[in-house]
Amino acid sequence: MKTSDDIELMDDAGSAVATDVVAEGKITTLKQVRAEQRAELFRKPSFLIGLAITLFWVFAAIAPSVLTSRNPRQAVRIDGSTFARKPPSGDAWFGTDSIGNDVFARVIHGTRSILLMAPAIAILAVIGGAFFGLIMGYYRGWLDEILSRIIEALLSLPVLLLALLVLTLFGRSRIIIIFTVAALFTPVVARTVRAAVMGETELDYVTAAKLRGESSFFIMGREILPTITGVLVVELTVRVAYAIFTVATLAFLGLTAGDRTTPDWGNDIADNYRLVVADQWWGAVFPALSIASLIIAINLIADSIDQVTKQ
Amino acid sequence: MLRFIIRRLALSIITLFLLVIIVFLLTSVFPNDPARQLLGPFQSQEAVDQLAEELGLNDPKTEQLGRLVKGVATGDFGESYSRPGERVMDLILPALGNSAKLVVLGLLITLPLSILSGVLAAYRKDSLFDRSVVTLGLATSAIPDFVSGILLQYVIGVRLGWLPATSNAPRGTGFIGSLEFIILPALAIVLVYFGYIARVTRAGAVQAFESDYVRTAFMKGMPLRRVINRHVLRNSLQPTVAVIGTQIGFLFGGLIALELVFNYPGLGSMIINAAQDQDLPLLQGGVIIVAVLYMIATLLADLLISWMNPRARSVTAS
Amino acid sequence: MSAPASLTDRITSGAMAPALEVVDLHMSYIVRGVPREVLRGVNFHIQPGEAYGLVGESGCGKSTTAYAALRYLPGNGRITQGEIRSGGRDITSMSSKELQAFRSSQASMVYQDPVAAMNPSLKIGRQVEESFKLIGQSASDAKASAYAALEQVRIADPTSVLDRYPHQLSGGMLQRVVIAMALASKPELLVLDEPTTGLDATVEAEVLDLIRALRSETGAAVLLIAHNLGVIRTMCDRVGVMYAGKVIEEGPAQEVFDSPEHPYTVGLLNAIPRAGLRKTDRALYSIPGELPSIGTDLPTCVYIDRCALADEKCKSTPPPATSVGEGHQTFCHHVDRVGELRDAEVGAFSNVSSDDNVLQLTGVAKTFRQAGQDIPALVSVDLGIAEGETLGLVGESGSGKSTMAKTMLGVHSYDPGGDIVLDGVSVPAAATNRTPANSAAMQMVFQNPDSALNRVWTVRRILERSIIKLTGASKDDARARAEDIASAMRLSPRHLDMRPRQLSGGLKQRVAIARAFAGDPKLVVCDEPTSALDVSVQSAILNLLANIQNDQRTSYLFITHDIGVVRYLADRIAVMYLGRIMELGPTDAMFQGVNHPYTEALLSAVPSVDGETRERIPLDGEIPSPKNPPSGCVFHTRCHRFVEGLCDTKEPELREIAPGHMIKCHLDVADLGVVPVQVQRKGSTFGEADGAELQSSDSFDDTVVEGEQVDPEDTVND
Repeated sequence: MKTSDDIELMDDAGSAVATDVVAEGKITTLKQVRAEQRAELFRKPSFLIGLAITLFWVFAAIAPSVLTSRNPRQAVRIDGSTFARKPPSGDAWFGTDSIGNDVFARVIHGTRSILLMAPAIAILAVIGGAFFGLIMGYYRGWLDEILSRIIEALLSLPVLLLALLVLTLFGRSRIIIIFTVAALFTPVVARTVRAAVMGETELDYVTAAKLRGESSFFIMGREILPTITGVLVVELTVRVAYAIFTVATLAFLGLTAGDRTTPDWGNDIADNYRLVVADQWWGAVFPALSIASLIIAINLIADSIDQVTKQ
Repeated sequence: MLRFIIRRLALSIITLFLLVIIVFLLTSVFPNDPARQLLGPFQSQEAVDQLAEELGLNDPKTEQLGRLVKGVATGDFGESYSRPGERVMDLILPALGNSAKLVVLGLLITLPLSILSGVLAAYRKDSLFDRSVVTLGLATSAIPDFVSGILLQYVIGVRLGWLPATSNAPRGTGFIGSLEFIILPALAIVLVYFGYIARVTRAGAVQAFESDYVRTAFMKGMPLRRVINRHVLRNSLQPTVAVIGTQIGFLFGGLIALELVFNYPGLGSMIINAAQDQDLPLLQGGVIIVAVLYMIATLLADLLISWMNPRARSVTAS
Repeated sequence: MSAPASLTDRITSGAMAPALEVVDLHMSYIVRGVPREVLRGVNFHIQPGEAYGLVGESGCGKSTTAYAALRYLPGNGRITQGEIRSGGRDITSMSSKELQAFRSSQASMVYQDPVAAMNPSLKIGRQVEESFKLIGQSASDAKASAYAALEQVRIADPTSVLDRYPHQLSGGMLQRVVIAMALASKPELLVLDEPTTGLDATVEAEVLDLIRALRSETGAAVLLIAHNLGVIRTMCDRVGVMYAGKVIEEGPAQEVFDSPEHPYTVGLLNAIPRAGLRKTDRALYSIPGELPSIGTDLPTCVYIDRCALADEKCKSTPPPATSVGEGHQTFCHHVDRVGELRDAEVGAFSNVSSDDNVLQLTGVAKTFRQAGQDIPALVSVDLGIAEGETLGLVGESGSGKSTMAKTMLGVHSYDPGGDIVLDGVSVPAAATNRTPANSAAMQMVFQNPDSALNRVWTVRRILERSIIKLTGASKDDARARAEDIASAMRLSPRHLDMRPRQLSGGLKQRVAIARAFAGDPKLVVCDEPTSALDVSVQSAILNLLANIQNDQRTSYLFITHDIGVVRYLADRIAVMYLGRIMELGPTDAMFQGVNHPYTEALLSAVPSVDGETRERIPLDGEIPSPKNPPSGCVFHTRCHRFVEGLCDTKEPELREIAPGHMIKCHLDVADLGVVPVQVQRKGSTFGEADGAELQSSDSFDDTVVEGEQVDPEDTVND
């Protein structure tokens, strides 16, 4: 019944757009739909820009030495003398920090740690969130009620604050950081997934599955889960961005996995931000811009995927 | 309505209780010894043990939890470990006041700006203005607060010199005068939240503009401005209100890095310092205050929403 | 606000200017930058005070036309050619100020779904007053006007309604409010877009009565859009039939419906079960093919691809308007041959029901618990369904029809004490405890195939999974059987590898039916399987169901709102109210014998395509909440034959009044009514309707109690 007659109509001043009316029975295979979506994605400038920036950083993480020949932990020496606290120039594109390390080299080498941790956190959080969300949304009842209360309680504290507490108390290895932040992201993901699952359980195909005697496990895993992959993909990209946000902030506050000499964006900002007031901005501003560019790029990708899958 | 409020309050109290348990579990399994930490490495073990006894660290866990619950109920979290003789509440309140000043200023700038942009973007959906608000909002809201804080500090505070680059107002500065020092961190809040709130508002307004009741209004021959004031805003702002409610926790307790950049003594930095000092009472008090603020904010948001939308009232209450 | 400019306009433009005149209207939607034509030259006019109906299947452009009449276009809609004139003024060229004035003072609109049409956050009073303020009234005047406006739409207690929020009112009540707002400006043109779709038949009948009465009070011209042809027939003077963005036949409503002269109109009318048609009389006619999508190039006749009469001439020249009677014209080259289509021979179905019950429900009840309160949704139902039988289940929304179906299937477990016996063996209450054989024996076809089919599964996977689960077949056997079932449902092999959203509504419903038949079921519950489909698709689905039943002697429990459909398909009919069966009997007896007062009211509410006139028995108020059912007979609060001291104290038994015909009512058969029907039609191919035997109810006079507005005399027809 979805035809031109049912399209939302707007005032001439308004702007709702009547969506494409596919003729009933017109045959398009799923492959074509997917190909169409992909083509649509690659036509979006925001997606392309986001992708280009992300790929650049991924490349930097994989092969930093191709982009810079300098050692990030070794003070630059020019004509035999240390070259510390120098503003950006041809000798050091992003300048050098107070010890004399090349800021560009540190930025490039600092990519790896965050690009390892953020996706790991996001994947773990989405797996956990999908698990709890499915159970809560499908079974509902007292189980859902209890888990919802716990989630609500956890959400009443900022993730950052909780993460800081846990890490201050339990140490700060890379694994601990990843699992802590992932665990703290899980409730948010679970909440989103729960809502999506609840919407699905209202649908008659779930009733139909019960009527042919399917187990709850089958219904959750094989019937419902595939229908909410769109939600999970969007949630995954959004979580990657938030993970970068959180990991960088933690590093800025001194909670990094490695020692202080390991190149790391948040850590480097922490070492140099006090110099900004003294107009020695480069040490902090370049890693800051790097974080900003990476997060913006990932959000552009997430937003484009969201738009395309919603159509 | 009364039933709704009672039910909502009861839920908040259950949530708060759960949270107290979580906080207690986290802080009471400290791997380190707070008493030793307080006295330093050179005091005798007897003194440490005695202090631990005095502080009640050797009491059964349930008793300690009971004390904490009682503390939450009475608003008295006891005495600070790291600053002996000072009540925890007396340390929290000034930090809370500082945070409040920053948050209120930030929201006062953010809300009108983002709501207006959101509604206009929805009205001109897919226009250049709309695309700019969405993309700009996406970009700024994703950047960590301390990163935009540093950038603002450098550009406006250092390069242009328009505003103080840090938030330490000289002694004796009046309330109004002190505001000047927190404009930059407030602007960082604006950068974080403008895009977020504008996008949420836009989504709500798009829905309203496409709704049948707005069509009814246009069909009655109502002019655009009145349609927006009367029919669009009231319904589209509900998600916005909900989102602001849920962000209060972050604003009060999560701006730790931003507070550090501007050297501003807010609640977030206070809590982190308490954690580093192993000041258990101060830590517990601070964390729970943040949670209570969050709960009050979401409660108020829910009440506001149910006032705006009578339907929500009956749905939630049943 | 500008004063009603219309007064001078009315004089200067001449009193006889049509209330609405649509001239050669072409409209396109811009889709991805490409304009796609949706209206292809619409022509019609409505005289002041006249009621004009537009009919056609979804996608034909009727709603687009209606909205264009008030120049309400989607953001990507463009009028590319033609004029829309009202009171002599061209709407397409108005400035936005003029347009606002036109909408606030001369034309109004009422549309489907009154719940969405009202702002959920504002009290009714503010929204109604707003309409009056917009035509320049002061706040206090507007308040008084709002009160009067609600009185005008027969709302009994305007003060309390004005003080409520939309969600606190029923759909029927809200639609009255929307109509009141639309009439605020005393419009000369009232556009109604599916104003009663989604309302129960009884409420629909009340709203239609109201519109009819208001029309004669206000003298407004009406443009009515409805997919229900009965509604159009009972409401409109003239009617236009639209297809693919064009009016293809137009004339007086009675003439168009009784002697259609366009192949499409004939197909449409032959597709609906009308005038008491039964499945044993003939199969339903369905129109092959599908409506062309918008933007399709159709230079000559728009119906050419689906028309049985199409020839070379139709391909080369657009059909001219051909007059076929007073004010009746059709756009067809072959008017002389349309008669062939009207009388086309189609087969009929035979009655295959036996005397053996496949399923027997004894004392089956279902009580839900909500917020600590018991809600009896189904109250002690005894019911048997025979092999090969179709049992129709009717009743207003909220009467417990779906609860009964789902309890039967084990989606809800029935309360202890009941029993469901399938083929002589008790089955467990919950679907999860039933054996695969139990599950295979009872399956369901849902109302909405979009919801019933998993959108990420292919058709093949949907069918194979059901076959494996229900029959225990191996993967290879299941594959072969899926192909067999699909072809039995007239799905082609290429459909098997598609996902549901790539199929049309009708095809999706075929997949859902195929799935239900995966394990050779004994009983299939059909929950309004055609209510989301257009009539021409509906007929194909109904034929398919009847066909399978003929071949496999499957039993159906057929839930529907559509009295015409249930009469066509069902062998017996059960009427439900508040979780109880109020009447149960053979279809013929239900339509020709005496009825339960509730059935009587339900049947009297159905708008007929055949021009039957009948006295409507109003059903007061809304169906009570099952939380607190009325004392005694649960229907007594709304019954027009209520007997005080009897009906409100004692619940009647379901008793047999004729072989197989049971009613749950205290009254004697002699005191019950028959739905009085009078058919005014010339000789037709559809078979004469029931020569209803009329009962006199003179003796009823004494039992009528105060406040009951139906004079029993009214129900007698001669």
